[in-house]
Order: sequence, then C-alpha cells, then structure tokens
Amino acid sequence: MTNPWIIIIFPVITGIISLFLNSERWRKIILVVVAFTHLFCTIKICSGDSSLIESTWIGVDHLTRLFLMIVSLLFTGSSIYSMAYLDNHPHLNGPALIGPKVLGNSNAVFVACMQFFLAAMSLAVLSMNFGLQWIGIEATTLASTPLIYFHRSRRSLEAAWKYLILCSVGIALALMGVFFLAMAMTSHVQLFTSAGMVLFAGYLKVEWLKVAFIFFLVGYGTKMGLAPMHNWLPDAHSEAPSPVSAMLSGALLNCAFLGILRIYQVCAAIPAMTTFASDLLILLGLLSLAASGIFILHQPDYKRMLAYSSVEHMGILATGVGLGGAAIAGAMLHAIAHSLIKASLFLLSGNILCAYSSKRIEDVKGLLKVLPATGILWLAGFLAITGAPPFATFISEFAILRVALQTKSWATAIMFLLFLLLVFIGMLTIFSQMTLGKHSEAGEHKDAKESLLQLVTPAVFLSFALILGCYLPDFIRNTIDGAALLLGGRVL
Amino acid sequence: MNTIAALLTLSSLLLLGSSRLRMTIKMVAFQGFLLGLLPLTGKVEHLSMAIVLSVCSITLKGILLPWMLARAMDKSGTKREIEPFISFGATMLMGIALLVVSGWIVAKLQNTQQLASPVCLTTGFFLVFSGLLLLITRRKAITQTIGFLVLENGVFATGLSLGSEFSVFVELGILLDVFVGIFLMGIMLFHIDKEFDHIDADRFNELSDLDLAHFDSEDISE
Repeated sequence: MTNPWIIIIFPVITGIISLFLNSERWRKIILVVVAFTHLFCTIKICSGDSSLIESTWIGVDHLTRLFLMIVSLLFTGSSIYSMAYLDNHPHLNGPALIGPKVLGNSNAVFVACMQFFLAAMSLAVLSMNFGLQWIGIEATTLASTPLIYFHRSRRSLEAAWKYLILCSVGIALALMGVFFLAMAMTSHVQLFTSAGMVLFAGYLKVEWLKVAFIFFLVGYGTKMGLAPMHNWLPDAHSEAPSPVSAMLSGALLNCAFLGILRIYQVCAAIPAMTTFASDLLILLGLLSLAASGIFILHQPDYKRMLAYSSVEHMGILATGVGLGGAAIAGAMLHAIAHSLIKASLFLLSGNILCAYSSKRIEDVKGLLKVLPATGILWLAGFLAITGAPPFATFISEFAILRVALQTKSWATAIMFLLFLLLVFIGMLTIFSQMTLGKHSEAGEHKDAKESLLQLVTPAVFLSFALILGCYLPDFIRNTIDGAALLLGGRVL
Repeated sequence: MNTIAALLTLSSLLLLGSSRLRMTIKMVAFQGFLLGLLPLTGKVEHLSMAIVLSVCSITLKGILLPWMLARAMDKSGTKREIEPFISFGATMLMGIALLVVSGWIVAKLQNTQQLASPVCLTTGFFLVFSGLLLLITRRKAITQTIGFLVLENGVFATGLSLGSEFSVFVELGILLDVFVGIFLMGIMLFHIDKEFDHIDADRFNELSDLDLAHFDSEDISE
C-alpha cells in the first residue's frame, strides 16, 4: 500500500530542487519524471482498497479516486506538452534562486510552480478533514498565480491579480463556512471529515449546516467558476500559458467542485438538507449555463471562448449533482470527460496561438490547411465538448437530462437544453470560421509546424473521451457508481 | 477578550475612514497584534499550542506583512488613497451601519445557540464586512490587499469566538496560506506599479467582455 502522503510531499521537494537547477534540460526531465511518478503512485493508490477511509487527515474513497486520476492524468499530459511549449517560449534560463536573491526567472519558476500546483491539488483531493482541504484549495490558488503571470505582460498581470484577489476572498468565505460547519457538530461527532459527519448525521445541527453550506457554495463556487462569481475565470484561463490553462480548467475547477461535493455529501445524509442544497446547486448551475451561453455567442477570442465553455460545464456538473439520482453519476462521468476534452482543446489552442500569434478568432482562418493535424483534432474537440453522440459527454449530458425529465423538473430540463443549444450555436460559428475559412495569406504561416509532443496529449485525451463514450471499463464504472452512492445518488 | 474585541472594532472603523496609507498599514499591524493575543484570552486548553499559534500570528500578521506592505508603499511612492468611489465619511457611516448589522446577526444567532463570546463574534462579522467594504470601494491595489487582510482577520476572529477547536496544525496551515497569499500580492504590487505606472486596480480594463465605455478616468497622481 503506497502512502498517499508521498504524492503530496514528493512534488514539493522536487519543485524546490528545480528552483535551484541551472540546466533547462534537467528541469524538464524532472517535470516529466515527477508527472509519471505521480501517475504511477496514483494508480497504485487507486487500485488499492479504501482502508484509509477511517483516517482523520487524508484518505482514499471513490470520490478521491475519481478526481485524483483526473488530476494526475492531466498533469502528465500537460507536462509532456510543456516540454515543447518551453522551447517555443524561451525565457531566461538558469536557477530562480541564487542565495537569498530571487530572480524573476520565468522558466525555473514555471517548472517549480507546476509541481507545487500538483502537490496542492493532490492535497485538496486527498484530504478528508475539512480544514486540511481548505488549506489545499487555498494553496492551489497560490501555486497557480505565478503560472498565470508567466508571460509578464500587462494583460497577464491583470488576470493574475484578479484571480488572486477574487479567489482568495472567495476562499476566505469558505473558511467561514468551515468554522460554521464545526459549529454544526455536537459531541457525538468525533471526526471533522465528511465520512465522520455522515456517520452521525442525525446529531448535526441543521441550522448551522445550512449556513455552512451557503458559505461553502459561494466560497468554493468562486474557485469553481459558478456564474455570479465567475469573473476571474475567462481572464485567467485565457492569459495563462496553454498547458497551465489546461490544468486550471481540467483539474483545478474539479478540485474546487470536490470541496462543494464534500459538504454536499454531509447534506445528502440529512433529508431536510438535501432539497435545500440541491435547489441551490441547480440555481447556480443554470445561472452558469446562461452566463456562458450569452458570452460565448459573440466571443472574439478563442481562448476566452474555451474559458466560458468551462463555466458552462461547471454549470452542467452543478445541475447534475443538484438533480440527484442517476444524474449524480452522470455528473461524475461528465467531470472526467470534460477534463480530458477541455485540456486537449486548451493545449491545441496553444498550437494555434503559436502558429498565428493571435488569440482573435478573425485572425485564424484555414486551420485545416495551415496546421492539418491540429485542425482535425480541434474539430474533433469541438464535437466532443458540445456533446456529440460518440463521445462520453453525450452519455453524461443525456443521463442528466433524462433524470430531469423523469423527476418532472420541466423548467430545469428546458433551460438546460436551451442553454446547451445556445452554446452549441456559438461554438459552431466560431469553430467553423477558424477551421474552414479560406486562408488568404497562405505564405505567411509557412513556418508553422506541429511537433509530435504538442499533438500526442490532445490526441490521446480525445481518444480516451471517445472510448469512454462507447465502452465504460469496469473500474471506471465502479468508481463513478461508488462516488454517486457516496453523494446519495444512484448508479449510472 | 471583550477589550480586545472592542479595540479591533475601533481599529477597523479608523481603517474605513482614513485616507493615509501609512495610517491604514499601522492599523492593520495593530489588528494583527491584537488577533495574536486573542487565542490566549479565552479558555485555553493546550497552553503551549496557544502560545505557538499566538507567536506565529503576531510575527506574521503584526510585523512581517505590515512591514512588507509599507515597503511596497514606499517603493511605489503613493502616500494616500485617491478619492474612493464612496467618500471616506460615507464609508465610515456604512461601517457603523454594518456594525449594527453584525450585532443583529449575532443577536439572532444567540436565540438558537449559547455562544461563547457574543461580543467577539460581532467583531468577527464586522471585520469581515469592513474587509469586503474596503475591497469594493477602494481603488488602489494596496488598499485592496489591506482589505483582504482585514477580511482574513475577521474570519480568524469569528473562528476563535465560535470556539470551534481545530488542531493546531490546521490553524498553522491556514496562517501559512494567508501569509503566502499576501506575500504574493505584495510582489505583484511591485509589478503592477512598474507596468501600469500606478496601482489603481480600477483601471484594469484591458480584459473585459462588457464593452463598458473605456472612459478615461481623470489622471490623479500624487
């Protein structure tokens, strides 16, 4: 049995080492080695039995397994991509720290912060104790802020500042929620973990739990990008380097979502709380869907478009969990599928940005001719993210919609469909403009080239999403069903 | 405990009404110091843990962070907050209103539950509110940082007065997170100053989807 603490502490140590390293090559090797070690340990941990479930601090249950796999896979993919990305964006080389003096050395800081980011996300996912989880989620904000400011431009500075302030304030409110949740406990409840509280759900004080849930939802909801609090998200995701955007969108949002799920798990154990929590989740979910649908329609910037699409998918996740029953399992599948697809789209957008050196949609034309492989994957990604049939997103969205119809929540179902359609139309126009449009100045991008490193991750992730749509392997199905049961839902 | 709570309330009222940045930084340092004393005044179960926590809190929030903010202020050469969206007098009045609101919330809460220290809880809520108020109404990035610090102090005070006992490791972890957060903000203050020639966060408008007229806010420099 691998000790889960390893995958939290190991990246921190290697991250600190890579701050002092002089050689660009070694730093990259460390990054990839850490990624694969993390993936290996994650598989070991996830395949082991969940004997740690009684633990006070960190443990492994089905929810942890699901989200830890996502984080680890995405990090591995992004780190492979980063090898090529760092070559294309040469910054200063050399160690970031010489003695007490800190140099603003981008590449060393980038590699180190990626690893700290990984450690923080692993902590956020693995922690069972609510206080520890708060520390993990706040640490993800801190580790990722320097990554967003990687390009050192005014725009990235603005994005990073907004991100840091808004998320910190949001998470400070979540800390209030943690304190209130502690008030909900009575002397019967021994452990300050979701499992411990579910066990003694009857002894919890419902009023305090209600207040705590609201603070959790607003606090972690800010980090997750739910609608009224999503302002930072398009900026941060569009200004960050592409491998970082992929991590932010695919892994980080899920970590914050897990923060909400943990308290939802407690709420689901108390009948009086379940409807209250579910209604709030559905409300915020539909609001997110609406906001992204509106802002995606005339979006001039393709990375921002992807960012708004993340808001949309977080809305789908919240709505799915709010609807309950089999929709929760649908939402879990959707979380996996969205992470894989959105990460590959962000990585592909990095290829496009490299070739065209513009984020404006109107500047990108004839993608299929200029970058054939990227163009084809970009189109496949479009089909996947909008939930076209062979992909896993179709199954999950369909499962959520089916539950909405079965429970006769007509308003939710209609709005859900309407906003999905709106997003589909918005994305269709954008993607068709980019890929199909005639390329007028064909000679300009002759030097545009695609390296294998930049293509392998998106291709693999997209084919995963395709395979999951056709055939759900047993261990993934078990994990999804287990997670849904923990949250009071039904199997897929 | 109640004396400290009263002092905390007073200091944040002064924060809301003051235009001089040096004054606000001093007030925040004072608050950090008071907060450090707070864990020692209640019923103390593990004295050594409480002392560790209080020493860490005073060093970080009372000394290190204010020192760093003061340095950021000196480097950027800004001495006072430019006219905020809502005038200083008005924010102070709003602060008093918020104090009443926090008192009301705590009174409501007391109906359902016996609270360990209602006065301190009122202060906690009030600090949270005034931190948010500072964040919303002020333009300088440095004042927003101070606002966040006040908010964080409020959350801390709320937690202490609710008597929700965490393990000391969690408390230290929270403290560390907050410290690194403010530290990052401090570093970014330098960069913002260098890039934009000012630290007015409200003139951040290069990233916006709502084409709210990019009105040229009148250049107010020191």
